[in-house]
Amino acid sequence: MLNFVVRRLLAMLPVLLAVSLLTFLIASLLPGDLALVILGDQATPENVAALRRDMGLDQPLWWRYLSWLGHVLQGDLGRSFRTGQTVLQAVAERIPVSLQLMLMAEFIGLLIGVPVAIACAARAGGAFDRFMTGSAFAILSMPSFLVAILLIYLFAVELHWLPATGYVPFTEEPLNNLRFFVLPALTLALAEWPGIMRVLRSDMIATLQEDYIALAKAKGLKPARILFVHALKPSSLTLVTVTGINIGRLLGGTLIVESIFALPGIGRLLVGAIYTRDLVILQGVVLLVACGFVIVNFVVDMLYAVLDPRIRHGHA
Amino acid sequence: MSTPLLTIADVAVELPTPRGNLRAVDHVDLSLEAGRTLGIVGESGCGKTMLSRAVLQLLPKKAKLTGRVMFDGQDLARLAPESLRRLRGRDLAVVFQDPMTSLNPVLTIGTQLMETIQEHLELDAPAARKRSVELLAAVGIPAPEQRLAQYPHQCSGGMRQRIAIAIALSCEPKLLIADEPTTALDVTIQAQILDLLAREQRRRHMAMIIITHDLGVVAGRADEVAVMYAGRVVERAPTQALFKRMHMPYTEALLAAIPKLETAPHTPLPAISGRPPDPTRPLRGCSFAPRCRYAAGRCHEAKPALASAETAGHLYACFHPIRMAAGVGA
Repeated sequence: MLNFVVRRLLAMLPVLLAVSLLTFLIASLLPGDLALVILGDQATPENVAALRRDMGLDQPLWWRYLSWLGHVLQGDLGRSFRTGQTVLQAVAERIPVSLQLMLMAEFIGLLIGVPVAIACAARAGGAFDRFMTGSAFAILSMPSFLVAILLIYLFAVELHWLPATGYVPFTEEPLNNLRFFVLPALTLALAEWPGIMRVLRSDMIATLQEDYIALAKAKGLKPARILFVHALKPSSLTLVTVTGINIGRLLGGTLIVESIFALPGIGRLLVGAIYTRDLVILQGVVLLVACGFVIVNFVVDMLYAVLDPRIRHGHA
Repeated sequence: MSTPLLTIADVAVELPTPRGNLRAVDHVDLSLEAGRTLGIVGESGCGKTMLSRAVLQLLPKKAKLTGRVMFDGQDLARLAPESLRRLRGRDLAVVFQDPMTSLNPVLTIGTQLMETIQEHLELDAPAARKRSVELLAAVGIPAPEQRLAQYPHQCSGGMRQRIAIAIALSCEPKLLIADEPTTALDVTIQAQILDLLAREQRRRHMAMIIITHDLGVVAGRADEVAVMYAGRVVERAPTQALFKRMHMPYTEALLAAIPKLETAPHTPLPAISGRPPDPTRPLRGCSFAPRCRYAAGRCHEAKPALASAETAGHLYACFHPIRMAAGVGA
């Protein structure tokens, strides 16, 4: 098991390195001179040249990458030239919002997706299965901005149950905080559960054909025990992968949902950085989000080992 | 004669396929008394596994079962799911062919043993654990205590089949169905597993059905043998009587296909030529006729019914029965 963890950790290093290189290149190769952006239209060529020298922009690309990487490794991702905030400060301020949104969305998604998948697989091809598979497909093909607007219309405008937009920190007003998050989390969850449901349903149907399920039936076990103990665990590897990818994706914030519901998360930070050409923030946030994604995938790999003893013991 | 423990009466199983209905089991009658062993022999696809699944009520969802499966005074085919569940694992147990796939890979051996015991017997966890250890020891697993915490992939194939047998025996079943219990195992392990089954069967006085394609497996172990071909029982007799004098050419051909020590090296095995008939297209005559070297006109026109031979309890379905002792044929 320790061997497995170490192997996976070592495998992360080249991935992280590649991520940093790509992030750096994307930001550096964007058209437009950073010094020109900072100084604005009125800058004289001398000023621009001086600033370029100050920022090291006259150095070759590989040198700039290495010195940036060196700073990053020391925890210095740079500072926004617009707000003066460091990247870490800006992210630390926004990440609780995106994290909470991600957790609530994923939780609601699993809460809907997993039971529906099990119920569908238990009677595959039945009326409930056909209805839910069809609905999942319909919901999946609705874009999130449309779902968001429909939810706002229903729950905020018509029923007045929940606020349409806004945010208060959890530490100040926990209950109101949750009320603000329900609709955006639900919007995301409605896009998440069909995927969760479909992978778990098909894996579950395959598992239910296995010999050991026939034996579990022949042992006279209760149907619920067969479904939840014998079938669910071996069927959930793909589910864990999909959930991990979802979490990684939502970790980077959701540009559209955060914008519609006016939630000050990572997504809004990114959008702002793009509009204001705040390349340092953009580069830093993309790097952090990518690292988060890699780490989530590492956790997913570890979860595989928890779910399947054969992976734990190096048999698969 | 006492009432049999298991009576299979006029059982037929049909499976819908894209090419039409497949008759997997074609009106089979069998019975088995408590404590006795029945061997069901036939080649792949002859319906022997489907028949066992019909007894266990584990047929595929789309399969259509007709006839009666009377077990201990109840018709399993008409039993409510909940009553059936209480019966399975307790009075009616099974060992499947492949121990590599019949144990759940993500549950420990202890869990898989104890869940059966705790489902059917009123035992608390420590008592169920103690019983599990005793069962593993009884089926010849060394260091049974440690095995409980292990997973199936940490055991060899023979070991897993022993564990599967321990699970089957855990609630002292009245009937054990062993569906090709040794086919997936190494030859050296096969005899051990068969002997283990025979020993436990005698000790617990349980009835057993051994399903196999190998007449040699049932030779010394079954009280009665039923030979199946194309979904039908074509010959049925007490084991001794059958091996002394087989009537059905198919049984003879099956026996001839077993390699023997006394034959000279490099002698080709007398395989049964041709293939079993397409079960989606029923034949008019005897289903073995196209492959039978004794077949004559009538065999292609009408189906022979099971008829009694001179020996008591010996039945066969053939118009031109052979009259020779075992081992001489082919």
